[in-house]
Amino acid sequence: MYRAARATDASIGTTAIFSFCTDPGTLGDAAWMACYLTTGKHMALYWSVGTVLLLLAITAPVSLAFGFGGAAAARSSVAPLRWFGKTYIALVRGVPDIAYFLFFVIALDQAFEYVRHKVKCPDWDQPIRQGNDFVVCAAAKLPLGNAPQWMHETYGFFLAVLTFALVFGAFAANVLYGAMRAVPRAQMETAEAYGLTRRQCFWRILVPQMWVFALPGLSNLWMVLVKATPLLFLLGVEDIVYWARELGGAKTPRFTDYPHGDWRMWYFLALLVFYLFLTWVSERVLARVMARLTHGQATVAGEAARKAA
Amino acid sequence: MKKILLGTAALAMSASMALAQGSVVRLGTEGAYPPYNFINDAGEVDGFERELGDELCARAELTCEWVTNEWDSIIPNLVSGNYDVIIAGMSITDERDEVIDFTSAYTQPDPSAYLAMDGAEVDFEGGVIAAQAGTIQASHIASSGATLLEFATPDETIAAVRGGEADAVLADKAFLEPIAADSADLALVGEDVLLGGGIGMGVRESDTELKEKFSAAIDEMKADGSLNALIEKWLPASATF
Repeated sequence: MYRAARATDASIGTTAIFSFCTDPGTLGDAAWMACYLTTGKHMALYWSVGTVLLLLAITAPVSLAFGFGGAAAARSSVAPLRWFGKTYIALVRGVPDIAYFLFFVIALDQAFEYVRHKVKCPDWDQPIRQGNDFVVCAAAKLPLGNAPQWMHETYGFFLAVLTFALVFGAFAANVLYGAMRAVPRAQMETAEAYGLTRRQCFWRILVPQMWVFALPGLSNLWMVLVKATPLLFLLGVEDIVYWARELGGAKTPRFTDYPHGDWRMWYFLALLVFYLFLTWVSERVLARVMARLTHGQATVAGEAARKAA
Repeated sequence: MKKILLGTAALAMSASMALAQGSVVRLGTEGAYPPYNFINDAGEVDGFERELGDELCARAELTCEWVTNEWDSIIPNLVSGNYDVIIAGMSITDERDEVIDFTSAYTQPDPSAYLAMDGAEVDFEGGVIAAQAGTIQASHIASSGATLLEFATPDETIAAVRGGEADAVLADKAFLEPIAADSADLALVGEDVLLGGGIGMGVRESDTELKEKFSAAIDEMKADGSLNALIEKWLPASATF
């Protein structure tokens, strides 16, 4: 009658992949290792690699969008919009990431539930704040209390994406704001002389030319984002660093079929290789993007590219 | 990946679906503190509290689900409603009782013990003692005069002793005993320390109904001896009721 979240979650790994894994104590080294690396726990580690990559794939474009919005707002001619943009950039950049992550996610989750509570349970008579407790009606819970575990995990994941995107969006906004100001003023003046409107100047002259100035800063941000993914565990998402620590810790024979000493060094070594590989691939891709962006630009690199051609 | 895509679709669907009122009780645990709670080879929550929690849910006729959460943020996530119960080897103390409520205790006040390198002389009042952050053991060391070295997970406290960073680690005896028995280089040292008021399940202060249900189930298990049987199976060093 009761369900175990973990049991359903890790069902991919509960049945051993290799048939000889029934009694690991008697196996030789290679077979033991094959069984060890395919336990349900390790499957969870492999899943978490996917989680991290998915987080990066979603967060990067979303933060770039936030950053673009923030930068455009910060240089807007409408004063309230400008204040909003500048406050966003200053506020988020000023608060330490870890404090932000611990506080913000709980606050964000409570804000969502508060709004849902007001809409769905208008005749609820108890206070929402009862001492330390935050109590909303059952229908306002996000996700609903009786939702399956994977739904809770998905919700947690998207809260994480939103938090990451807001934090990195503020940094990206600052980079883009600077890049927009770096576009030679003569370009804008020429556009104005041709009779382009403010909007046309922005979209046709400023935006296409600013990327080359923004890219070094943005590529830095990407590298920081890649390495910031272990913060995921603060948000309740089990990431690769969590699993490396959990799997690598010394295990006594009483609680596992695969006892071993402190293997954290090997797990962290594997993580090191993973992250180095990720940054290496990123460097190569970013170098190609940079070469493309400088093409035809009025910068030193653009000029060099023109002469070389 | 597919799981997550499906998740988004279902999340969108469930928002518009009228669902029965929440009847699932979510049990939050740490999953890193054998034999109380740990993640087994299959990746499931296992241990004394897994077996106890499942039995209590069956007796209280509740549908329960297990979730893991980092120890550091285990109380904030309870009060903000991300799960309904903490069942993570958490001793009942006055400080915690100000923030959350506890059910009846399901273990006796459990002895804590020191673990050190085999044959080491440990200065309990002036040495460096490791403990997990936010535990009763950590506050005991802080008030004893020894230098407290805190770690986020129980695993790291043991590694600190092995690595020589700390002279000894203070933790629940039931946690340290299997480690001392299975590793030749470590041993329990000194005398046991009695801390806390036994281990209970933590619930939100506003959740009196759930607290009553679990307390009743715990008392029932105490009365018919099934709790003692579980304690003998998982925590052989601990006192029974």
